[in-house]
Amino acid sequence: MSTDSRAIPLPGAAARGGISAEAAPPPDPELVIRRAEELRRGLTNNFRDEAVSSVYAEAERMAARAVRRGDETRRLDWDQRIDRIVTSPILGLPLMLVILAVVFWLTIAGANVPSAMLANGFFWVEGRAAALFDAAGAPWWLTGFIWHGVFRGLAWVVSVMLPPMAIFFPLFTILEDLGYLPRVAFNLDFLFRRAGAHGKQALTMAMGFGCNAAGVIATRVIDSPRERLVAILTNNFVPCNGRFPTLIMLATIFVAASFPPVLASIAAAGAVVGVVVLGVLFTLVMSWLLSRTVLKGEASAFTLELPPYRRPGITRILYTSLIDRTLFVLWRAVLTAAPAGAVIWLLGNINAGGASLATHSANALAPLGHAIGLDGVILLAYVIAIPANEIVVPTMLMVYMGGSQMTELESMSELRTLLVDGHGWTMLTAVNLMLFALLHNPCATTIITIYKETLSVRWAALGALMPLVLAFLVTFLTATIVRLFV
Amino acid sequence: MTAHNCEACPAHAHLAQMGLSVDRIDRVVALAGNPNTGKSTLFNALTGLRQHTGNWPGKTVTRAEGGFTFNALRYKLVDLPGTYSLLSASHDEEIARDFLLFGTPDCTIVVADATALERNLNLVLQVLEITGKAVLAVNLMDEAKRKGIEVDVRSLSRDLGVPAVPVVARTGEGLQALLTTMDGVIGGTITTNPARARGTPEFNAAIAELVPLIEAAAPGVPNARWIAIRLLDGDGRVERALRNGELAALVARQQRPDDRFSRKIALQGAQ
Repeated sequence: MSTDSRAIPLPGAAARGGISAEAAPPPDPELVIRRAEELRRGLTNNFRDEAVSSVYAEAERMAARAVRRGDETRRLDWDQRIDRIVTSPILGLPLMLVILAVVFWLTIAGANVPSAMLANGFFWVEGRAAALFDAAGAPWWLTGFIWHGVFRGLAWVVSVMLPPMAIFFPLFTILEDLGYLPRVAFNLDFLFRRAGAHGKQALTMAMGFGCNAAGVIATRVIDSPRERLVAILTNNFVPCNGRFPTLIMLATIFVAASFPPVLASIAAAGAVVGVVVLGVLFTLVMSWLLSRTVLKGEASAFTLELPPYRRPGITRILYTSLIDRTLFVLWRAVLTAAPAGAVIWLLGNINAGGASLATHSANALAPLGHAIGLDGVILLAYVIAIPANEIVVPTMLMVYMGGSQMTELESMSELRTLLVDGHGWTMLTAVNLMLFALLHNPCATTIITIYKETLSVRWAALGALMPLVLAFLVTFLTATIVRLFV
Repeated sequence: MTAHNCEACPAHAHLAQMGLSVDRIDRVVALAGNPNTGKSTLFNALTGLRQHTGNWPGKTVTRAEGGFTFNALRYKLVDLPGTYSLLSASHDEEIARDFLLFGTPDCTIVVADATALERNLNLVLQVLEITGKAVLAVNLMDEAKRKGIEVDVRSLSRDLGVPAVPVVARTGEGLQALLTTMDGVIGGTITTNPARARGTPEFNAAIAELVPLIEAAAPGVPNARWIAIRLLDGDGRVERALRNGELAALVARQQRPDDRFSRKIALQGAQ
């Protein structure tokens, strides 16, 4: 078979892989495939099954020779005993909700004070720096642009996002390292199966809590293309870390505020858990709808290993969750918040026909915003925040405060005053904003990821538009119902 | 570095982590194995990188590359998604299979879970069907011991025809022996005789006839024997790949790092 023996390829034949003058059959793949088919007929028709079962038998023999099992020890019993509770048909799901609630409670209760301290610190710096600029005779627009625009955008993002993430991510990584995620998939399997989706979708959904784009890539573990697409298209319905700060803030200033202080953070955590559960319900309902329309089919069977519970490595958890996730996510947020802060400041300070551009665009969006129980400013914030979800709230607040430049928010209660008294927010606004944050279109990176995983503009478009339409539909419905009956 | 001089410690006498740097490489080594057996943990221990690990099957879904030097040679280590079989269909398992078949690593380290050897050996035997340049790393020996499971690695080596080395990737135990063995297999000082299923005479004759045909039809594509078996089995996807010349592209793709965008998103997320 050495290539040297071949004659010089004829001109024109070179393109077909260098067919030589004497070489016998041309290496046409079609012939090879046909020959393979002929040969297959000469073999016992189940030769493949035999080969596979011989591999299994061989593995069994080798393992039997090499492995000696002592008496099954207590540790094994422990794993099984824990699993009997954690994956029990009765206790499994409630226990999951309790764990979720504890994680959010720790996040909310723990983030409160550091968030306020960071905000105070940043706004003190903003005030001092602006005063310094004024004293040095800097023009008003320069001071405004740098300190009340760019810097304020950064300050909001860091103080609203850093503390919750620094608590949430390590907790999530601990659960992941313990081995809890496959148990979640085990518990939710019957629901996904009924929705016509793959049981491993629960795993990809769990990854979506960190980041929806990562969740979309995680769907590679699903072998059926149909069920993988279902998982990709519905991953957006679990809120990613970019959207958690919005949910946590709304839960804190609206839900928690109507409870006595002792119960406040518990109530806020309960509200966030409620939103997450709603997200899972939407995931199941939309998976069911997709499985009956554009992605028709039944759920396929699969095996899922429940690994032993393992003790999480503390240093690795801290590194993974704080350096790789928290700081990385924060850095990206800062990169988008700075230009967004600049854009908002410009919109708020460039006047046309007696009002700022921000006012004009917010007014233009107001009728649509009102129809879905929100307002023009919130929708404007969503438009500005298309590149990254986490800057929605800072953008919104900066536009609201555009009129009263020197307002400094020192606590969540002042924030509530600004929203309720200053801009007419009601419980409906808060609830609908939470719903909208949960359901609306994924961020640009996730849409690109959907395209890269499916290599289809159609699926990427559906992945972006389906949630958006659903978000408008649901919020329109709640707003209409509330206005009719309340 | 003063209190714990890694270079001076005997366990690391010849090993130096190189992190992400994989240029001017002398040898390429692949990490294969069932899901959740500790491939990424071993990868991190050897390269000094911090590939995310998690205690659940399916954590790694992309191909990660890292470097280390051992005995003055520069190695590229490729961490692959876990797979139960080379015949699996999910995308992450395809990534692993494609690299093992067409990435032509100088050595494949198959990482097995000592507490579930029987199931793990299925993949080991399938890997041995395509390459004899392999070492079995029997990982999670600490867990096996706690569960009262004893693994006779010498018996495994004898049966498999390739060396088996007990390791604990989490603590780094046994890594030196693993690397020395790997070095011996690549260098030829350790000869292997991989256990392979003896087919029927008709089957062997069919393979012998098809292999040269495939090598001529798809020049430069390794593992013609595996392709021949798949063709005999009537695997539509392999037929298609052979027909439209995809195989050559597949081979070329294994030499390049995995798509950077996907790798980054899978590791750190977006936003």
